[in-house]
Order: sequence, then structure tokens, then C-alpha cells
Amino acid sequence: MKTMTLLPIAAAALIAMTGAGTASARPLNVVATTPDLAALAREIGGDAVAVVALAKPTEDPHFVDAKPSHIVTLHRADVLIEGGAELEIGWLPPLLESARNDKIAPGAPGRIVASQGIRLLEVPSTLDRSRGDVHALGNPHFLIDPLNVRIIAGEIAAHLAEVNPASAQLFQANLRTFDARLDAKTADWQKQLEPFRGAKIVTYHNDFVYLAERFNLEVVATLEPKPGISPSPAHLAEVIEKMKAEKARVILVQPYQNRKTAEAVARQTGAVVLDSAQQPGAYKDTATYFQLMDTLVRGLATAFKEKT
Amino acid sequence: MLQRLMLAYMLLATSTAPALAGAVNPDISAVGQQGALDSLTFAVRALQARVDSLASAGEEPAAASRAAQQSPSTAPVARAGGTYMNVSYDGLADFGWSSEPNVGSLQGGDHDPHVRGFTIPNAELALDGTVDPYFKGFSNIVLKLNSDGETGIELEETYLLTTSLPWNLQLKGGQFFAEFGRQNAQHPHAWSFVDQPLVLNRMFGPDGLRSQGARISWLAPTSWYSEATLSVLNSAGGTTFSFRSPESSELHGGVPVERGVRALEDFLVVPRIATSVDLTTTQTLVLGTSAAFGPNNSGPRARTQVYGADLYWKWKSATADRGFPFFSSQTEALFRSYGAAERVSAEDASVTLSSETLRDRGVYSQLLWGIKPLWVAGLRGDYVSGDAGAFDSPLRGERYRLSPNLTWFPSEFSKLRLQYNYDHRKGLGADHSVWLQSEFLLGAHAAHKF
Repeated sequence: MKTMTLLPIAAAALIAMTGAGTASARPLNVVATTPDLAALAREIGGDAVAVVALAKPTEDPHFVDAKPSHIVTLHRADVLIEGGAELEIGWLPPLLESARNDKIAPGAPGRIVASQGIRLLEVPSTLDRSRGDVHALGNPHFLIDPLNVRIIAGEIAAHLAEVNPASAQLFQANLRTFDARLDAKTADWQKQLEPFRGAKIVTYHNDFVYLAERFNLEVVATLEPKPGISPSPAHLAEVIEKMKAEKARVILVQPYQNRKTAEAVARQTGAVVLDSAQQPGAYKDTATYFQLMDTLVRGLATAFKEKT
Repeated sequence: MLQRLMLAYMLLATSTAPALAGAVNPDISAVGQQGALDSLTFAVRALQARVDSLASAGEEPAAASRAAQQSPSTAPVARAGGTYMNVSYDGLADFGWSSEPNVGSLQGGDHDPHVRGFTIPNAELALDGTVDPYFKGFSNIVLKLNSDGETGIELEETYLLTTSLPWNLQLKGGQFFAEFGRQNAQHPHAWSFVDQPLVLNRMFGPDGLRSQGARISWLAPTSWYSEATLSVLNSAGGTTFSFRSPESSELHGGVPVERGVRALEDFLVVPRIATSVDLTTTQTLVLGTSAAFGPNNSGPRARTQVYGADLYWKWKSATADRGFPFFSSQTEALFRSYGAAERVSAEDASVTLSSETLRDRGVYSQLLWGIKPLWVAGLRGDYVSGDAGAFDSPLRGERYRLSPNLTWFPSEFSKLRLQYNYDHRKGLGADHSVWLQSEFLLGAHAAHKF
């Protein structure tokens, strides 16, 4: 009988406690390793999150400095979104070791590893560094494929809801809006690139394979002879021959890659060098994923049109 | 639907096939298994691509994304690349010539070149991993060849690190490099020059300051980075050079006294505070002050104090390719006050050296310019001096050194470094040395602290 009377009191206390939880509507501190993941977190989190990215949109995400200010940022994080697949292996581990934040420990709801939900391409069958700095878990540049983004957006919404259940409905609503827009946009991007099905491209690093797969393009060569190895004259001569033979006339270069090398190759092959950032914010008016992809797809379509 | 079933079947087949094949016929070659695995992987991808393209064609987008989400649940089996421990091996080799025939008298560091010709000063096996939900573990086992070609082995570091203490605290326990200044705690393969800075060699000996003990660290709850660490270490041994080290008679000239641990003050205590601010989005500054207090063995109650200040500045391009281009500057200044007691001379037992305070100071400053990807030019200046004492130690005289160098990293996992040292010891004159250093790294990807 006593328990019966206590039950409603306990329930009321519980409601009060959870109520108090929702009342403190501090936005979640979300830290993303790269700006593309940060852009997705903003779409899903809306006003309920404050998002920062550790890497700059213009720098090589494999080699971000593990500077002490990042330790403070990670220490205060409620949620950490990392690309995974060894993209950040050179700089994130020492930062996390110093950050002493259980909320973003591996396996915690506040830790999102984007690659875990993704079917990675180019998973090496043997691990051999004579092939360059190949990532053991597969190619980590997967956000350039909108279908991968769809999966990761879902992951982010699920994790954010787990960390802050009070805003779960908001995250779900934002996810639905985002997904609908992404589906429409993906169809639009595919339509824009459909006339160039099978078109051949050359990239600096091996970082556009997911784009090529999604939009039926073919990467015929990379300016780097092997991942992480600087272009050598002998290799570039081979690339030039191959580009001429295969009639590949578009070279994709990210902001941090050596554009001069790409231009030299372009001059000898009649190709065009296309500035193709993968990180939102690298260029003007590319703050969101949609703007970034719009710019990239438009650039590709224009380049293909010019060069065929 | 049929496609999804097939996909699931194929994934199952990929994850179990190699294991089955191995169990049924252990003679099947690895190549054969790999070929089978590759073709299955290819088949799975082809199926996945069809599912995806059906989805993106607008037939059934929601279902397709569900299918895409199903694949990862089985995928980790196939791509379990990680293990419970990272293992890496680092080999350093030096080759060169010095105008000083007794190279060891010039290059005092344990990981410096020791002879004209070839030296293998550091071959290091590094193990690290997460122990359990509470600890991480690290261990560095160093093998080195001396000038007679004999192999020496040392347990350079082995320690536990807590991962989830409250109040921003972190504990470290074991054998480790004391967190004093910037370079002392770095392993030789992370150094930007072939050899140890003179001042660190003078204050902390050939191996730097490290010992067995515990360290507590506190990350201040400030908006900028600020961390305080306090280490309490055993003060005896060859790696506590300015303290109860058997080698310290080289410093004070006396016969070292036997003194055990009687109280807390007989431990070596190393406090440090480090702060960092980002000056701009591309420039970072790190400032630190450190000290080391402990007993020395010139007498039963003699003590040593070492103080240090360090400054590090780095600029890295906003469009850095593999971390290049960059500029950095690192400076450390140290001061030592060595309270030498009245002691019997190690050279002549009839001579007594009077009690005195031996004061030494030194600084090094190094500039690095990451010219273009994988090329770094460096310039380092060293200066050390000590006030005259009752014993004229070669480890306390005035000396300066200028070292330009050039490093090329063929990849992240190897390097070649050419360095010239102009070395001037007061009373002994100038020496010239040229060293070529090579390094290779196997195993786990190296991650470096800032």
C-alpha cells in the first residue's frame, strides 16, 4: 500500500527532473573533425547545436595540427563527429588523450564515427606501404557521395537524439527535411551529369572515387603516383600520355593541392583544371553541403561541355 | 527484394568464406584465398551499385537507403583492421664525420652519432593501446648499438595513463620522460635535428630526464589551453643526471655519497605549466615554464634546482598540403643551481673540494621552414656556460654550436637528414661535423603532439 502511494510521488519527481533537464536548453557543443561533417551537423541539429570544425576547409584533412586549442574544444564537446577510416589518425588520437572527456569516448552516444555506416571503397586486400599511404579501412573521402551523406545524416540525428532526447523530435524533423532536399538535389545532380556518363577525369590525390562511382565518371589517373607521394616528372609524363590516349580533359584539384602541377599537365593535354573542394566553406558561397555540391556539379558539367 | 537477399547472402559469404576455406583445406594458398575474396567483394559491390542506382533513379529511395544501412552491420567483420594494440618500430641510423676524432666527447647525447662513420643510435619498439575503460598503456623499448657494436637495451618508457578521472585530472604512472620543457619528453625520431640540444644534455644527461614515478595533470577550465602537471619521480639513476646520478661526479668532481630515500624531499619533483593561444587561425603560440627540484649526491643534504622556460610558435598555411608550407620557432632556456657539498675529489682522495653552488645556464633556439611538401630546412643555435667551480668539468665550460640542416621525407614513414655542426668549445677551439641521418618507421601510423 505504501509503495502505491509513493509511486506517484516518485513519478512526479522523475518528471520534474527530466523537465529540469529540458529547461536548460543549452545548445549541444558538437565538434566535427572536418567542415563537411560540421555542415551536416548544422543541418540536423539546427538551433539545438553549436558546431565547430577542427580542420580548415582549405587544408589537407590528413595533416591537421594537433594544436592545444583543439584540446580545449574537445574537452568541452558534448558530441564528436569524426570521419574515421584513419583519416584523422595522424592528429586526433593525441588530442583525445589530452581532452579527458568521457562524453566523446569510443562507444559513447556522443561519439560518431561517420565511416562506420559507410560501404568504403578501395579497401586494400593486402597492407603494403610500397603502394603509398593507403588507408587500411578503405578510402576515407566518402562524403562527396550524396547517398553516403544520407546515411551519415541519419547517424547524426540518432546520436544527437540519444545525447539530448528533449530535442529528438526537432532532429527527426530536420533529418526529414534534409533527406527530402538531398533526394531531390541528388536527382538534379545526376540529371546534370547524365549527359557525360563515362566521362574521364584526373585527380591530384585519390580523393574523388566516390564522386566518380555515384555519377558514373571514370578516374583514369592521379597526379600523385601513389597516395601521399609527391608527383614525379616520370609519373606525370605517363599521366600526360594516358590523358591524351583516353581523352581525359578535366583535372580536379582541391585548394591545398599543387595547382601549378595540375596546370602544367593541363597545358600539355588541352585539359582544364577544375577547383574542386570537398569541404564546405573552402570557396565563397559553399557554406552548406548543397552549395558545395551545386558548385562542384555545375563546374564539372561546364568543364565537360567545354572539353567535348 | 531479391537483390537485397542476394546482397545479404554475398556479405555472409565474404565474411565466412576465408575462415571455412582455411578450416577445410589449409593448403589453399593465401593468394588463392585473396583472389576468391576479391572476386566476392567485387560481386557484392556490383550488387550494391545496382541497389543504389535503383534507389537514386527514384524508384524506392527510402528502401534503398535502408539497404545501404544494412550493409555496415555485417561489414565490420570483413574489415576488422584494428587490434587491441598499436605496434610500431622505428630505426634511426647516422653516418658522417667530425673533425674531433673522439666523437663521443662532442656528441654527448645517447641518441647522437658516436663515431666517425656509422652509428645506430636508436631502434625503438613502441607499443600502445587502450587497456580497459580506465587506462591507456604505452611502452617504448629501445635498442642501441654502442661504438664497439654491442647492443644495449633500455626500457625507455612504460606507463599507464588514466582516461576518465573527474575534475579534469589525469594520472600517469610508470617510467616516463619528465614533462620539462618541450623536447625532453619527445622521442628522438620526433626531433628536428640529428642530435640533442647542448643545454638538455648538460642539465639532464645523455638520455634526458626520465625516471620511475607518477604524474598528475590538470587541464584548467579556461577558454584557452592551460595545463599544469606535477611529476614525482625517483631521484636516483643514470637518467636523473643533475640529481642522485652515479655519473654526477663528472659534474662536481667529488666521490658521490650514498644517500637513500629518507623523506618526501628525497624524490625528484617536476612541476610544469603550459599555456597556448591561437594568435590567428594559422598561428599558434605555446608558452611553458618548468622546474625540477631534488637531492644530489655531492653530499648527504645537497640539493639541485633546475628552472626552464620554453616558447614555441608555428605558422602553417591555411591551404597546407600534407602540413606544408610552415614556419616554426622553438626556444628553451634553462638555469641550474647545483648545491655541491664539501666533497672528496674523485681524482685525488687527499683533496677536498669546498662546498659551493654551481650555476649553469644555456639556451637553444631552432627555426624550421617547411619549404614545400616533405622538405624542411632548419637552423639551430646552442649556447651553454657555467660559472667556475672548484672542479674544472668539461661538462660545464662555455660552448656554442650552430647547426643548419635539411630534411627530406620521401614519405611520412621515412626521412633523410643532412646536418652540419659548427661547434666551439672554449679552450678547445672549433670543430666541424657533418651527419647524414636516415629513419624508417614500420607499423602503426605515427601521431605527434603539437
